[in-house]
Amino acid sequence: MDGMSKAMTSLKVVLADIEMENPTMLASGIMGETGGSLLAMAKGGAGALVTKSIGSVPREGHKNPTLVEMEHGYLNAMGLPNPGIDNFERELLEALKADVPVIGSVFGSSPEEFADLAKKMQGYGAHAVELNLSCPHAKGYGMEMGVDPEVVANIIKAVKDAVFIPVFTKLTPNTHKLIDVAKAAEGAGADAIVAINTLKAMKIDVDMRTPVLSNRYGGLSGPATRAVGVRCVYELYEALNIPVIGVGGVEDWRSALEYILAGAVAVQIGSGVGRKGPQVFGDVCSGMSSYLSQNGFKDISQLVGVAHE
Amino acid sequence: MNDRFLVVQDTVTVASRADEAEGVVTLRFDWNAPAAPGQFIMVWIPGVDDVPRFLSYLGDRKGITVKNIGEATKALTSMKVGDKIVVRGPYGHGYHMPKGKILAVGGGTGMASLLPALERITASEVDTAIGARNAQELLFEERAAKTSSLVRVSTDDGSKGFHGNAVQLAKEMMADTKYDLVIGCGPEKMLYYLFQLCQEKKVPCQMSLERYMKCGAGLCGSCAIDGLRVCREGPVFTGEELKEMKEFGKQRRDECGRAVKL
Repeated sequence: MDGMSKAMTSLKVVLADIEMENPTMLASGIMGETGGSLLAMAKGGAGALVTKSIGSVPREGHKNPTLVEMEHGYLNAMGLPNPGIDNFERELLEALKADVPVIGSVFGSSPEEFADLAKKMQGYGAHAVELNLSCPHAKGYGMEMGVDPEVVANIIKAVKDAVFIPVFTKLTPNTHKLIDVAKAAEGAGADAIVAINTLKAMKIDVDMRTPVLSNRYGGLSGPATRAVGVRCVYELYEALNIPVIGVGGVEDWRSALEYILAGAVAVQIGSGVGRKGPQVFGDVCSGMSSYLSQNGFKDISQLVGVAHE
Repeated sequence: MNDRFLVVQDTVTVASRADEAEGVVTLRFDWNAPAAPGQFIMVWIPGVDDVPRFLSYLGDRKGITVKNIGEATKALTSMKVGDKIVVRGPYGHGYHMPKGKILAVGGGTGMASLLPALERITASEVDTAIGARNAQELLFEERAAKTSSLVRVSTDDGSKGFHGNAVQLAKEMMADTKYDLVIGCGPEKMLYYLFQLCQEKKVPCQMSLERYMKCGAGLCGSCAIDGLRVCREGPVFTGEELKEMKEFGKQRRDECGRAVKL
């Protein structure tokens, strides 16, 4: 009986015209650098895949240590390592074999660079692009641009002029202007907002009396950030008309539903892959299906934003 | 494994150092984190780097064995008793040892990963093949002898033992004896040919792979080989897993994630 009723519930999501079998997506930055690793996440049950953020040229990122494992999350300062957009074509083509939507994440230092990268992602077959305007640990990129509504709007306009695929914008919580930035993004034509990127943070080793990360500062992710992410999504849902994708500490069906009730149409999972393994996507989905059937819902879309009512 | 939320990261003090061979040093330190043969740790040398190393000794006084080949390994091989390093882990899946007759094949510092496995085996009989470029670089021959019924050595230049590489030696040993399992650790080209040999002879095998690694904790994907993370699903892979890999023995990734021919 449970199997029957479960089969009658639907987790299908349409996000900016992109059809997904379920609302779980791989977040950018985790297992998204190679075609093979992206395929492995699809095998784990992800409804869509977001690639590692790719720039114009190959980049090594910061020197190790780039990660600190913490009790309730991770602190990282990878520093946007990536093979460069031209080398990424083969990886994206490989990832497309998964037969789930692939979203190409890009980072640049000007509207022109973002537009050029997005165009290349579109050319490779990406179903959408996600603009990284929120990485807190790479000088001249990410968050440094993503806290200024005007800069964000200019980048999105340039990208929208360059591509016909949907444009997602990933924002940082490290600002009091989150809503201003998101509204500017919406006004400039962004098709969806992704929130949140990591929280700027630091770890000092007491024995060594020095910051652990080689970059000193990094971004905090995982369950430690969830309450901040849920709050941001809740605020964004009230302020915007475009869909919001929730990210930050999702690693089981409860945390995924928390974001959906706050107003997210879909959720992204990153740290959860490290903490739970690639099967985290499938596990979240089967838990959500059970919740739907046990509570008399047919469709996951019935729950989006319900916490606002 | 998947529900491992509590991570052990500790500052440890070098309790002893031993020069094992030319440029190769073992550092021992007291650290009681549970660890299995074939697992690795991340070793942070403040101001220098944070690098993966196999545990060459398990138990409460653990150890790592380091060959001086770069900045981080230079710092480690220069350490003195009383110096401090920060270790986290252990990470990854190690060797799974059945009962029976086992052949262990180590090349270069690969023996560092294999020895704790050999020392934990009680139900099996082990033969060991150790490969080195020359007699000066030969590692752990005496230590392997304590747990092996037979230890044979190969050197590329013929300065000691069998003149040739470890796979050629293993081939000779496998012609004489029927093994139930071959375990290997060393340069990937060596492991690739050892794997081919095991396929040919229809002997199950487990190989410990190495890849450029950033986080060590299953997140960043820098060590992915095909879809598998060397730091999490590996570093030890079974012959069945290796058979499915397109990149094994053929391609690695550089610091930027670019594919590089091996």
